[in-house]
Amino acid sequence: MFRYPRRLSVLLVSLLSLWFGSGLAAPRLNIEITGGVEGAQPIAIVPFGVSEGLIPPVDVAAVVSADLARTGKFKPLPNRDMLDMPTTHESVDLRDWRLLGMNSLVIGQIVPEGAGFQVSVTLYDVLRGDELVKTSLASTKTGLRHAAHQIADLIYEKLTGQRGVAATRIAYITSSGSGDKQTVTLRVADADGDQPQTIVSSAEPILSPAWSPDGRRIAYVSFENHRAGIYVQDLGSSHRDLVASYPGINGAPAFSPDGQRLAMTLSKDGNAEIYVLNLTTRELSRLTDHFAIDTEPAWSPDGQQIIFTSNRGGSPQIYRMSATGGAAQRISLDGDYNARASYSPDGRSIVMVTRINGAFRIGVLDTERSTTRLISSGTLDESPSFAPNGSMVIYATEHGGRGVLAATAVEGGGNQRLSQDAGQVREPAWSPFIQ
Amino acid sequence: MSMSPSVGLLLATVLVAGCATPPAKEAPTATPVAPAVTRLETVPVTESTRPRYAGPWEDPANPLSQRTLYFDYDAVEIKPEYLTLLRLHAGYLGSHPGQRVTLEGHTDERGTREYNQALGDQRADAVRRVMLAEGVPPKQLETLSYGEERPADSGHGESSWRLNRRVIIQY
Repeated sequence: MFRYPRRLSVLLVSLLSLWFGSGLAAPRLNIEITGGVEGAQPIAIVPFGVSEGLIPPVDVAAVVSADLARTGKFKPLPNRDMLDMPTTHESVDLRDWRLLGMNSLVIGQIVPEGAGFQVSVTLYDVLRGDELVKTSLASTKTGLRHAAHQIADLIYEKLTGQRGVAATRIAYITSSGSGDKQTVTLRVADADGDQPQTIVSSAEPILSPAWSPDGRRIAYVSFENHRAGIYVQDLGSSHRDLVASYPGINGAPAFSPDGQRLAMTLSKDGNAEIYVLNLTTRELSRLTDHFAIDTEPAWSPDGQQIIFTSNRGGSPQIYRMSATGGAAQRISLDGDYNARASYSPDGRSIVMVTRINGAFRIGVLDTERSTTRLISSGTLDESPSFAPNGSMVIYATEHGGRGVLAATAVEGGGNQRLSQDAGQVREPAWSPFIQ
Repeated sequence: MSMSPSVGLLLATVLVAGCATPPAKEAPTATPVAPAVTRLETVPVTESTRPRYAGPWEDPANPLSQRTLYFDYDAVEIKPEYLTLLRLHAGYLGSHPGQRVTLEGHTDERGTREYNQALGDQRADAVRRVMLAEGVPPKQLETLSYGEERPADSGHGESSWRLNRRVIIQY
């Protein structure tokens, strides 16, 4: 019998080539702003003062500035255009900043505290002369970059009334090589592409990363050992569970908003159907029963409904049903290919992949008016994911023949591209707010 | 092309496969395995563990070496030209009851990844149904859909896509 040793060797090779963990440094994502600063608010973020002899590992003002610029809502003043670089309240002369046409001014200081730093920051309304934010936060030695993102979010929230997403993260898949030499990884990085970590790596496909609502776990599909399985991995401990490994498809995992259940696609009962797995009791319930393809489940923010893709009407379209199953109603009305939908955080719109004249683009469907607006212009755009404040959508696209990520402001005004120096990047999933 | 009555019936079965109630499959086998890394120490693998010759499907002169069926865009129907090939494999499996195959479904890159998982699954299942109709016992057949994740040709365009919409009979 020849089959056994050969299959065994394949299995062992795949075990050898699989590794996972957290804190493993990975190639960073390069970020480029690709357009949209019209209508952006002018803001000056002055380089932060540091106490004598201290060399902070991160240029906090530069990180804050880049975070605000990426939102598309702010246009930070370049340092070279500043008339003065105050670091204390006493040295601020708001007339200088009015002269430069600034609406807002940010100054700050970094001082050592314990093993880390204390970062203080003040945000001024330049026209009215008010101090809008005056606060300080503690940072560990390695957490200064995160502190900078938190400061950017404080400023963003004060000036826009909306919570910021600079301190959130993105999960994504990378691949390099092809065929038997392929390496596929699931990575998590800060929203600006920095601090990338490899979560799992394999010679076999990995796809469909999905965040738990607390941002602590990621569900994904891995083909390691030449079978499809859905895994749920804890980002802190790297411990993971194989939660579905049935014959056929094990795909498209999506956490319920309460984090207790996982919607998924299985074909164990004949063809692709939507199921919900209770992660505590491991009870599995089937929600759809149709000869057509039913897949790509996504929960409404209140957890009461599930939207999914089905070709039951002859072409892939988005349908909605109760989260306990039952009758489904078609909600994408235009076009002959609408798929991979997910809700905006406020539940008022849905982002999806839509085909227009043969090109796959990202569309935002207003669920009340049933109108769709295109927010991308590629030909193979896919895997859209809302930022947790609903302001931006990140998706996969192609640039220069390579897979890259793009993020765009839903209301227009901000665009950026994230790529790796080598290899393909795809399937972004924006994290929830992380406490 | 002459077609035996059984093949004609078979073809009809395949063509309606997309709208028939699917047959029940075997019981679920969801058994969480231990994390793969725990077994890493025991793996002295070298190329020599791979046998030089695994079976007649590896012999280019043998018709069983033809193990790939191609599909039209967004279609799961098996083209009639492949029925002879499928009967050949079914016959081999019938006379080698210990032999199992994985029917591996693939799609081109167009469309979403998860939808393509389902499309590849339907393609693999269409081949499985032909095999079952030809008398192959279910236990010899397994399906696996890679969707668009494992293209045969990484180019963009119909000349690449047509090579990627496929089911491979993996011995």
